[in-house]
Amino acid sequence: MSSIISISGVTKTYATGFKALKEINLDIERGEIFALLGPNGAGKTTLISIVCGIVNRSSGTVTVDGHDIGRDYRAARSLIGLVPQELTIDAFETVWATVNYSRGLFGKASNAAFVEKVLRDLSLWDKKDSKAITLSGGMKRRLMIAKALSHEPRVLFLDEPTAGVDVELRQDMWAMVRRLREDGVTIILTTHYIEEAEAMADRVGVINKGEIILVEGKAELMRKLGRKQMKLELRAPLAAVPDGLSHYSLELSDDGSQLTYTYDNQSDRPGVASLIRDLEAAGIQFRDLDTKNSSLEEIFVSLLRQEP
Amino acid sequence: MTLRAAPNFRAVWAIYRMEMARAFRTVLQSIISPVISTSLYFVVFGSAIGSRITEIDGIAYGAFIVPGLMMLSLLTQSISNASFAIYFPKFVGSIYELLSAPVSYLEIIIAYVGGAATKSIMLGLIILATAALFVPLRIEHPFWMIAFLVLTAVTFSLFGFIIGIWAKTFEQLQLVPLLIVTPLTFLGGSFYSIHMLPGIWKTITLFNPVVYLISGFRWSFYGKADVSVGVSLGMTLLFLAICIAIVAWIFRTGYRLRN
Repeated sequence: MSSIISISGVTKTYATGFKALKEINLDIERGEIFALLGPNGAGKTTLISIVCGIVNRSSGTVTVDGHDIGRDYRAARSLIGLVPQELTIDAFETVWATVNYSRGLFGKASNAAFVEKVLRDLSLWDKKDSKAITLSGGMKRRLMIAKALSHEPRVLFLDEPTAGVDVELRQDMWAMVRRLREDGVTIILTTHYIEEAEAMADRVGVINKGEIILVEGKAELMRKLGRKQMKLELRAPLAAVPDGLSHYSLELSDDGSQLTYTYDNQSDRPGVASLIRDLEAAGIQFRDLDTKNSSLEEIFVSLLRQEP
Repeated sequence: MTLRAAPNFRAVWAIYRMEMARAFRTVLQSIISPVISTSLYFVVFGSAIGSRITEIDGIAYGAFIVPGLMMLSLLTQSISNASFAIYFPKFVGSIYELLSAPVSYLEIIIAYVGGAATKSIMLGLIILATAALFVPLRIEHPFWMIAFLVLTAVTFSLFGFIIGIWAKTFEQLQLVPLLIVTPLTFLGGSFYSIHMLPGIWKTITLFNPVVYLISGFRWSFYGKADVSVGVSLGMTLLFLAICIAIVAWIFRTGYRLRN
């Protein structure tokens, strides 16, 4: 069995009647980094909360490494570490006490050496005797991660891990996530920062209005849905795109000095060479040219636009 | 599979230890303040009133109020300890960790209620020790004294736990202790024997469950009771059973813990 988390037919309707999730089916593969993307209110946190046991599902089943999260909740939950979005820590506990508490709560025998390693890895060792309330926001975020890692989870959920986090901590976190993956930990992160998914994820799932609208390997997704653009800086501004070039999807900037050609990079005949020949024939000269792939963000935005 | 489904004793211990650590961290609030308030009760009730009521049922007034004073603190502190212990993580959001941990509801209860009850039992013993400085004490039935102490602490810690889960605001958290428990305790014969009350009030008082707790507890000290000790014990157990039933219902339905 390659999937470590298997979600099938999961729905969630809150007491208010709000349907947060509609029929979610999703498999997370062992050892992958999976990014769950979606706008605010799409259902990302609800889905995670259901898998972790914080929110009851209305219907459907979830298994974690083959353990049903209802019937066999102890085995399922002991495999999972969760770093929630909000910084919610008992402010009056010391770093050392609260991380050891988490380890005990998950039924692991105390292991000072392991906890020390976790704290050192997260640059929290100097703060081990400080109370949580005295830590900076970034330090608190590290502490939340330390708590989640204290019990050696096989699956780590990071809910919006880098929201409001400075560049240094963000890079530290990305490095940590890669290290964990090397150790075989499966990582599921939710984010609405697309660049994060782009930099980290093996696979991407897009959730919108309580539905998974797409699950795809990041590379395939970028290849499949990615468009390529070529920008041409013209020597002399044009008033309009000449008629001879109208069969290319060309866009002229307002001041007429830049032409943008959008094409499908999957195509055998993307038309770049012929466009350049035709431009020459039309007597249009350019100073410079630049091509780029559309980012995951652009893909994401266009996906959500397609949604009814 | 069976091995993994084994009780998570480590979690119970982790929660219990955390709760006890909180008590020692706030030692001023948890221990010193009840000692001061007990001493004040002795000054006000013991000396001022005690000089006019010399004895009740053949017991010196100062000594007579000791079991009631202990119960007063035991009830209010059990409730506030337990309700706060579970309300606070709900309030700050750190409850997520408890809900996502491989612990059963029963284990959560044992740990939190155990912690709260331990604290209030310690408190009761501290009050007893403080009282011994003011008045000569005797305990005729030490086994029953401890039994009533433990039963009451556990019962009212459970009750506090229920309030902590039910409460959505700090105001609600204070509501039940303030509006119900404190009046019932004061009217429950902490400072007097219900036989001293005029006719109808004596009957009304019998609907106050605290009367039975205090009466039974006082009996374990002096062998004298307002109502028979069997009834006291029965009522205490009944209240415990009601609390257990409510807690069992809460956890079966996930009431106010899991959406």
